[in-house]
Amino acid sequence: MSRRPPSALRRAALADLDGLRQRHPQVFRPSWPRRAAVVGTLAVFVGLAAFAMVRLDFSLLRILHGLYRLGEFAGMMLPPSAGGRLGLFATALGETLAIAFLGTLTAACLAFPAAFLAARNVVPNPFLRFGVRRGFDVIRSVDVLIWALIWINVVGLGPFAGALAIACSDFGALGKLFSEAIETADRKAQEGVIASGGGRLHRVRFGLVPAVLPVLASQVLYFFESNTRSATIIGIVGAGGIGQYLTELIRVLEMQQVAFLVLMILAAVALIDLVSGRLRRAIIGGAAH
Amino acid sequence: MTVRIEKLPPDRERRLLAAYAGAVASTRRRTLAVFVAIVALYLLAGWMAEVRPLTFLDNIQNFTAYLGQILPVLTLANLPADVAAWYWGLPKWLGLLAETLLMAYLGTLFGGIAAFLLCFLASANLVRSAALRFCARRFLEVCRTVPEVVFALIFVIAFGLGPMVGVLAIAIHTAGALGKLFSEVVENIDMKPVEGLTGTGADFVQTVRFAVVPQVLSNFASYALLRFEINVRGAGVMGFVGAGGIGQEFLVAIRNFYYSDVSAILLLIILTVVAIDLGTERLRHHLLGREAHA
Repeated sequence: MSRRPPSALRRAALADLDGLRQRHPQVFRPSWPRRAAVVGTLAVFVGLAAFAMVRLDFSLLRILHGLYRLGEFAGMMLPPSAGGRLGLFATALGETLAIAFLGTLTAACLAFPAAFLAARNVVPNPFLRFGVRRGFDVIRSVDVLIWALIWINVVGLGPFAGALAIACSDFGALGKLFSEAIETADRKAQEGVIASGGGRLHRVRFGLVPAVLPVLASQVLYFFESNTRSATIIGIVGAGGIGQYLTELIRVLEMQQVAFLVLMILAAVALIDLVSGRLRRAIIGGAAH
Repeated sequence: MTVRIEKLPPDRERRLLAAYAGAVASTRRRTLAVFVAIVALYLLAGWMAEVRPLTFLDNIQNFTAYLGQILPVLTLANLPADVAAWYWGLPKWLGLLAETLLMAYLGTLFGGIAAFLLCFLASANLVRSAALRFCARRFLEVCRTVPEVVFALIFVIAFGLGPMVGVLAIAIHTAGALGKLFSEVVENIDMKPVEGLTGTGADFVQTVRFAVVPQVLSNFASYALLRFEINVRGAGVMGFVGAGGIGQEFLVAIRNFYYSDVSAILLLIILTVVAIDLGTERLRHHLLGREAHA
């Protein structure tokens, strides 16, 4: 979309600008309240940003110095090399994927029944629903790294704690998403089941579950994708996976191996994205037919 | 009112039933195959992640015991003093919490600005050059695939310890995540205003300003708020790698077994995150609702 010569219409409009102004004053009149609102909002944002930058010790000198060092690091990263530890890294990557898979699937299995308890069209009791919802919120608001720290205290260092951490934090997130999907499900199939003499359980099993299952499956796949990313970092607190090596190598400035690890992670995530994107489309497409 | 249902002739009924049974059986077989595959993968993953169910069962009482330990001793008779003792470090923690929120705010703001500038370049309906689009998209992808903690780890060494590092790490990750969402919004706009402006000879910036931005701004703001909520959670753990915020204090409390501090800080974090969640959800509904009315 490069600059083109102005069209005849534009030329005519520009030539007759004064006339246009006179004939349509309301179009050209500035709206002061709106402008004040825009400027005021921007001022609040900028003011808060300035305050935050002062409070958080931003300094141009540090940024420039840091950028210089980052440039050095970038130079040190080339060429990426495994440093003869390819097998070790590959195992760690496999462990990371295993953590993500275990965590997501466990969370999904646990969240599936719990989400029905939080859905308005399944549980009419508002107190139970409210309680389950707030439970999801609390579990969700604790970051996966914090869950990892807690589980390490229980099962010791290693990938098992990581899988449990992902399962916990996802349980809250998936529970919330699942219950929303269940609430927005089409009522017609359920009414059909009731009309043909089915009970409440029949309604859920034959009217609700088939309708929501594809949506839930696609959400689970999406979470698996995002968890492969989270699983790469829980090694930072000692919960297994590739993050452990990443932390160590960054600390000792083995930048070539760091670059190699990051490339491995990028490739793995891209692959998982591709596969799960296909699967998601297949599942959702299957539901549409 | 009774309705008589005509029965089908027996052989026709038999044929139809057989076809139905066949169809159901093939679906069942497929479901079973998928189920078996998932279970096999689950077991494989369990083996790779060194899952020890027995240890887990043995130690599960550790979990409850741990929860019991971190909970403070609160007695009804002496409640105010007990709470005061539990939250002995409240002023310091509130300061750190404010720092965490500011980190999330700045990170979202900077990342949002970068995403805003980049998203138009990554949109297929505005940029004709496939090479430029490809570069913008890959850049955003790298920004969002590398977790923010990894950026923070590297930046801590380059820039030194402190909250500034956390802000930069959050900003980069946010730019990647928001850039993708923003460009998806831009790709779904109504193209008529764009064509109109292009027809009058407007250049790229003018087209974006007057044809695209008015259509997408409320969606952008809603996504940015969603991201802010996520970043508050992320900023809370930046301290684990020395990048500022309340995470550092929390890590020290957990590692040194300052039990009641763990629960005190955890509760503060949870309350903050839930409050921000509820607040941004309201704002987002308000924003999107206004767009629906317009």
